Amino acid sequence: MLFKKEKTKVAVSKENIRNFCIIAHIDHGKSTLADRLLEKTKSVALRDMTAQLLDKMDLERERGITIKAHAVKLNYLAEDGQEYVLNLIDTPGHVDFNYEVSRSLAACEGAVLIVDASQGVEAQTLANTYLALDHDLELVPVINKIDLPSADPDRVAAEVEDVIGLDCSEAPRVSAKTGVNIEQVLEHIVKDIPAPQADDNKPLRALIFDSVYDSYKGVIVYVRIKEGRIKPGDTMRMMATGAEFTVVETGYMRAQEPEPCAELTAGEVGYITASIKTVSDARVGDTVTTVENPAAEPLPGYRKVNPMVYCGVYPADGADYENLRDALEKLQLNDAALTYEPETSGALGFGFRCGFLGLLHLEIIQERLEREYDLDLVTTIPSVVYKINLTDGSMIEIDNPTHYPDPANIASCEEPFTNAHIYAPADYVGTIMDLCQDRRGVFKNMDYITPDRVDIHYELPLNEIIYDFFDSLKSRTRGYASFDYEISDYRKSNLVKLDVLLNGDIIDALSFIIHSEKAYSKARKIAERLKDNIPRQMFEIPIQIGIGGKIIARETIKAMRKDVLAKCYGGDITRKKKLLEKQKEGKKRMRHFGTVEVPQEAFMAVLKLDDND
Amino acid sequence: MTMTNPIGLYLHIPFCKGKCPYCDFYSIYPKEETVDAYASALIRNIDREDRIYDTVYFGGGTPSLLGAERIAKIMSHIRRTDNCEVTLECNPSDTGSVNSDFDFYKVAESGINRISMGLQSAVDFERKALGRRAGCEDVERAIERIFKSGISNISLDLMLGIPFQTSESLRKSIDFCVSSGAKHISTYILKIEEGTSFYKKRNELILPDEDETCELYLQTVSSLASNGFKQYEISNFAKNGFESRHNLKYWRCEEYLGIGAAAHSFVDGRRFFYGRSAEDFINDVPPTDDGAGGDEEEFVMLALRLSEGLNEKKFSDKYGKSLPEAFGKKAEFLIEKGFLKYSYGAYSLTENGFLLSNSVICELIECL
Repeated sequence: MLFKKEKTKVAVSKENIRNFCIIAHIDHGKSTLADRLLEKTKSVALRDMTAQLLDKMDLERERGITIKAHAVKLNYLAEDGQEYVLNLIDTPGHVDFNYEVSRSLAACEGAVLIVDASQGVEAQTLANTYLALDHDLELVPVINKIDLPSADPDRVAAEVEDVIGLDCSEAPRVSAKTGVNIEQVLEHIVKDIPAPQADDNKPLRALIFDSVYDSYKGVIVYVRIKEGRIKPGDTMRMMATGAEFTVVETGYMRAQEPEPCAELTAGEVGYITASIKTVSDARVGDTVTTVENPAAEPLPGYRKVNPMVYCGVYPADGADYENLRDALEKLQLNDAALTYEPETSGALGFGFRCGFLGLLHLEIIQERLEREYDLDLVTTIPSVVYKINLTDGSMIEIDNPTHYPDPANIASCEEPFTNAHIYAPADYVGTIMDLCQDRRGVFKNMDYITPDRVDIHYELPLNEIIYDFFDSLKSRTRGYASFDYEISDYRKSNLVKLDVLLNGDIIDALSFIIHSEKAYSKARKIAERLKDNIPRQMFEIPIQIGIGGKIIARETIKAMRKDVLAKCYGGDITRKKKLLEKQKEGKKRMRHFGTVEVPQEAFMAVLKLDDND
Repeated sequence: MTMTNPIGLYLHIPFCKGKCPYCDFYSIYPKEETVDAYASALIRNIDREDRIYDTVYFGGGTPSLLGAERIAKIMSHIRRTDNCEVTLECNPSDTGSVNSDFDFYKVAESGINRISMGLQSAVDFERKALGRRAGCEDVERAIERIFKSGISNISLDLMLGIPFQTSESLRKSIDFCVSSGAKHISTYILKIEEGTSFYKKRNELILPDEDETCELYLQTVSSLASNGFKQYEISNFAKNGFESRHNLKYWRCEEYLGIGAAAHSFVDGRRFFYGRSAEDFINDVPPTDDGAGGDEEEFVMLALRLSEGLNEKKFSDKYGKSLPEAFGKKAEFLIEKGFLKYSYGAYSLTENGFLLSNSVICELIECL
């Protein structure tokens, strides 16, 4: 009998499968540790090794963050002489992607918790730990970066025991950078993390923890088989969306090339392709079953993720509108959380209202549009979703200030609040509390994690943190604070819509919703900023900032008086013509509002207003 | 031999003894042999053209540096109409200093009938700041000599918005112009051009600000008007009948031939220009073509610089169509804002419109 090697079921029993992820605060060395695990298990030839191997996007490598989940199957010959299959699921490391993280965790039995040997426990260390414990994962603590001069593994181990209650007496102390003690991590994974509980004979239930679009194969669905089995030819059904497809290929994720297999069975992590056209048909968290032998109940925990932050995205050059649409379409193939619909702005022309999970998500999409699709963009001020209760008893949700109803018809407004935790050295408590108060935070409590580190718990309105909160926090704490939040509830709030008027006309793209207490100071800043950034023109231009019909701030751009070409040297008409041509070109780059011309920079200056202004 | 209609002739003389700190125009030091070779090259080029001219303009640079001898020689090669206007730009330090031997008689005899001189300011320390070598008394002396030679048509240049200038000091300069007997005044608002020494020290210059400069311009317009100088172009004022016919050709989109380094031409519908190199010109390097001239845009741009303005009928006669509707609408708006006026079938800029001429013209040209 001939064996086709890749089609052969690996001779590793379910007892020897370990499914795990790595969780850590940002920058504690998650991706570097993943690199070392790949090396030690010889999953990648040394010559093919690059840093952050699993982070395939340039953006991920540059920023040192993981945006998409990744999975890889490793084979490991343990000290006990047995061969193990280790399925490593790398998770995104940012609060914006909390739901994705939770689905990755649900696909595992254990998690390696990395803590930086000099920084200790940080906000996302805890947030991710709690998330892992919610999924009953076995935690393997690892103290990383022991090669740093400032490393204090004993103190950090004690901190982990104190704060998380995790025994660290045997925790591997490693340097993912230099490779010291990486074997210990592998041994702990094998010994501490349980094998999957798995029954091949039940109807199929497979958890989708990610999906990517491939232009040849369609959507590649990453799954963890909880129960049952699936093979090419089966008809798969997505239990939440109801979509059905014929399975074309099943296989395992390897570090470099995928490895097709005859079938995937319970306990395994692998991929399925089925000529699926869009990732929205294979949503993260959905359960895959088969039409032939359907499961009665889906796996728990699925929800459709809704964007939390919206903003208008416009091409700087109107001619790029179609290109922008194409680019968004392509990005959405791979990112079911991104939403967009066409919108028109009097100020900015044709563009799209886009929804994002959070500000990082927004930044990433914007950067990818600019970089991968070579587009020049103007984005409007990000907005959260407000609930507006109208006097007629109905309620509307708005994510665009343009749709803000006439204040006369508003009974009350509600805005989303978050539970936010800030971890920082105790020295910074004062400045952090100042910041949170300034952002309309409601102080809940403060815990000393260690004698000199605190966990400050605030309830903060989402619209106060989506823009530049984290940047302000970092600059006030010299980068030592970490921050994590989750959406809690909607609360009644005294909101108003600020309108910017140039020469009496409302500039829709600059309108935004703000708490009434902050309206005046913000209005003054915007007016000043516009005055400084709009060049003098032929006429005096009044700048007004208003709430409803009431003007609360005002500036005036004085009229330009002199713009004249005097001497005509020896009949040099060409020179005059060229100067006029240049002036005409300059006009084209302006946005026109009636008779007022506003340069792009003026918009950017207002949109980028932050705390330091 | 075919003879075409008379056109203008511009001769560029790129020699200067020093570089004025505000000037970004091409000039070189007048070495005797270079000046000779240059004058010969001018004559070669004049002789090559089979044309008659109704205006001639020696511009520079400093044309008076040619000396009366060479000027007369060049003049003898230029075929002119009977009433030809012939202007010579003169520098007061070359022609007005006590020991200057510049021969205005000879110049007048050769056919020159109009002298243009750079006064810039009648206040000596302002003149010094502008790097002018001559003093006011040199200007006065030069004017006296010009009148004596029989040339009565004198134009003076005046600069506005220059270092230290105030309304009071400008009044002195204007008084000087008015009482000098000049028939024509050109006023230029100082513009700091890149590559000049003013540009290098632009942050140290004590200049009137934008509003003050505008007031200086408006002051000039009104006080020249009350002394009988009618504004006929953004920068030009003249006693009745003394408008520069040569310069009017530029604004009226009429043709002129420019000969000399950096000289521009508009002949037979084409624009072309010589490079900024006396050496190239002496060596007969031909001019560079600059495309067709005289399109609607150019016509409108130039006409609006004149007080007579843009005549609707002239436009439609020339281009076989009337001004577009959008133009009329924009014009109406600009009239309402006080930048433009309309009378006797012509659009023209107001005083405030002149000050903003680039913007206003740009607005209107967009509607063509």
